[in-house]
Amino acid sequence: MQAVQILINALVLGCLYACIAIGFSLVWGVLNVINLIHGSFIVLGAYLAFGLYHALLLSPWYAVVIAAPLFFVFGYLLQRLLLNRVITAPVLVTLTLTFGLDLILNNAMIYFFTADYRKLILSPPLGSVSLFHVVVPVDRLIATVSALALTGLLYLLLRRSRIGRAIVAVRLDRDAAVLMGVDVKQVYAIAFGLGAALAGCAGVLMALIFPISPLTSSAYLGKAFVVCVLGGLGSVSGALAGGVLLALVEGIGATFVGPSLATTLSFVLLIVFLIARPQGLVGRKGFE
Amino acid sequence: MSRANLALIVLIGLIATLPLFGGAYALRLGTMACMYAIFALSWNVVGGFAGYPSFATAAFFGFGAYASGVLLGAGLPLWLAVIVSGVAALIAAGALGAALLRLRGHYFAIASLSLVEVLRELVNNATDLTGGGMGLNIPLAAGSGIMADALFFFYAMWILMLATALTVMWVAGSKLGFGLACIRQNETAASMVGLNTTLYKSLAFALSACFVASAGGIYAAWVHYIDPSDVFDILYSVKPIVMTLIGGLGSPLGALCGALVYLGLEEVVWRNYIQIHTGVLGLLIVMLLLFLPHGLVSLRLARLFGKAKHV
Repeated sequence: MQAVQILINALVLGCLYACIAIGFSLVWGVLNVINLIHGSFIVLGAYLAFGLYHALLLSPWYAVVIAAPLFFVFGYLLQRLLLNRVITAPVLVTLTLTFGLDLILNNAMIYFFTADYRKLILSPPLGSVSLFHVVVPVDRLIATVSALALTGLLYLLLRRSRIGRAIVAVRLDRDAAVLMGVDVKQVYAIAFGLGAALAGCAGVLMALIFPISPLTSSAYLGKAFVVCVLGGLGSVSGALAGGVLLALVEGIGATFVGPSLATTLSFVLLIVFLIARPQGLVGRKGFE
Repeated sequence: MSRANLALIVLIGLIATLPLFGGAYALRLGTMACMYAIFALSWNVVGGFAGYPSFATAAFFGFGAYASGVLLGAGLPLWLAVIVSGVAALIAAGALGAALLRLRGHYFAIASLSLVEVLRELVNNATDLTGGGMGLNIPLAAGSGIMADALFFFYAMWILMLATALTVMWVAGSKLGFGLACIRQNETAASMVGLNTTLYKSLAFALSACFVASAGGIYAAWVHYIDPSDVFDILYSVKPIVMTLIGGLGSPLGALCGALVYLGLEEVVWRNYIQIHTGVLGLLIVMLLLFLPHGLVSLRLARLFGKAKHV
């Protein structure tokens, strides 16, 4: 029964990890930028959910609808006004620039919200469901289903819509996309906006489960790294595979060697994957 | 000796005269300046010469601090502990580099970044050896009055900085430096003409590690107390990059100037705006990358001597 419980936990957590990583993966894949602000976006989303719940009693699953457009605009402008200036520069420059932006955003959050840990506590609490001795908290279940829905929406957007196809085209071959008349600047900005929106929504969902503090942003960012590398960059299926694998490793690691070593384990796994299989589980593909 | 190298030596010589002018506070700043200069000069070998975006400085620093801390606790003299940690870091980074440096670009950056996380978690968990999250107390090394202590650690850090600068200058002028420049410009072509790129990159990575680890050792003895979140702070990885970018990528003189300018800025911000100091650092990074991407050296050299050398 313990094995089933670990498996279920891993599946539930893995979908959340996928949701954390998917925006990061999109930006990395399409813009070729490692977006270090991602973690702070997630925390900002969590604060938004917290604020909306306390001010308007708006449940987090509705807050997603508000967070998505707000973060999209924020990300779109950030890319258009700042990142776009250095988009062709070497890795070091784009990486350091997003690090600088992250410092600003994170410090602003500490300044305005303080570094205290907060928790969004729903009243009444949702409790948990249990089936054949396997227990799953309802809030986690809701977050997971929402995360899956968001991931599915992104998949549909990339697959069906005109702009989605343009994003995939730029991802696969930038130069050919330009020749076909794709406005690359616009696509970059929209992809970054989508990445920010997904981060914001992920943050809203995380607020249901985890404590909120600006200090947690680097943990989210670390998860996004690991998921992207494990699953393979730039595909929805890769993020899901990476998320579930990471959650499984952490779950099994926490059960058998203790929770404090589980993080180490995941980063060791990251380095092993980087060296042995840098294309990830699913492989380096476009958003097919 | 080129004009830039001469200027570098003269500048380092000038720093050594600091105790003539200042008290304990100036010496503390001077020690920090030497430490930052060691970071920037070391990072410049792998990031500037070879063009690999390494974020592993904090990993080496923490490694050195903890290695020396444990050795000092076991009763070794400071100089021996510092040298042992430097050599250990040299070997470990060389071996790690052989594996990690097969990655390029983003993947290398992420791998070096996660090295910091792995080491921090390991130190956090090895409670018996390192004290874990409680930190590690280090026995007093010099312990003969505040001024003598400050003077001792200032000169210890200064000597290490001198050693770093001489090594980096030697590397820049040697076959190794030339090979690294080839790797930066076109790695595939460099390996096609028979350059052992893996060996060269590992050497660069190892050299960028050993002095930083030794600096970590001196730092540990200087502050007497270290804990994982302090010495494995990711900011220690980013600061040298910012310093080098301020000064100009690839130039040892630029790295040293960048470290001094950066320390000055940091001190001003710390004193006056402690609550928003990381935000100000972020703003500085953003402005620097957008408006002065080749650093101060390029600005001056471009005006006086034509084109900057390593850009």
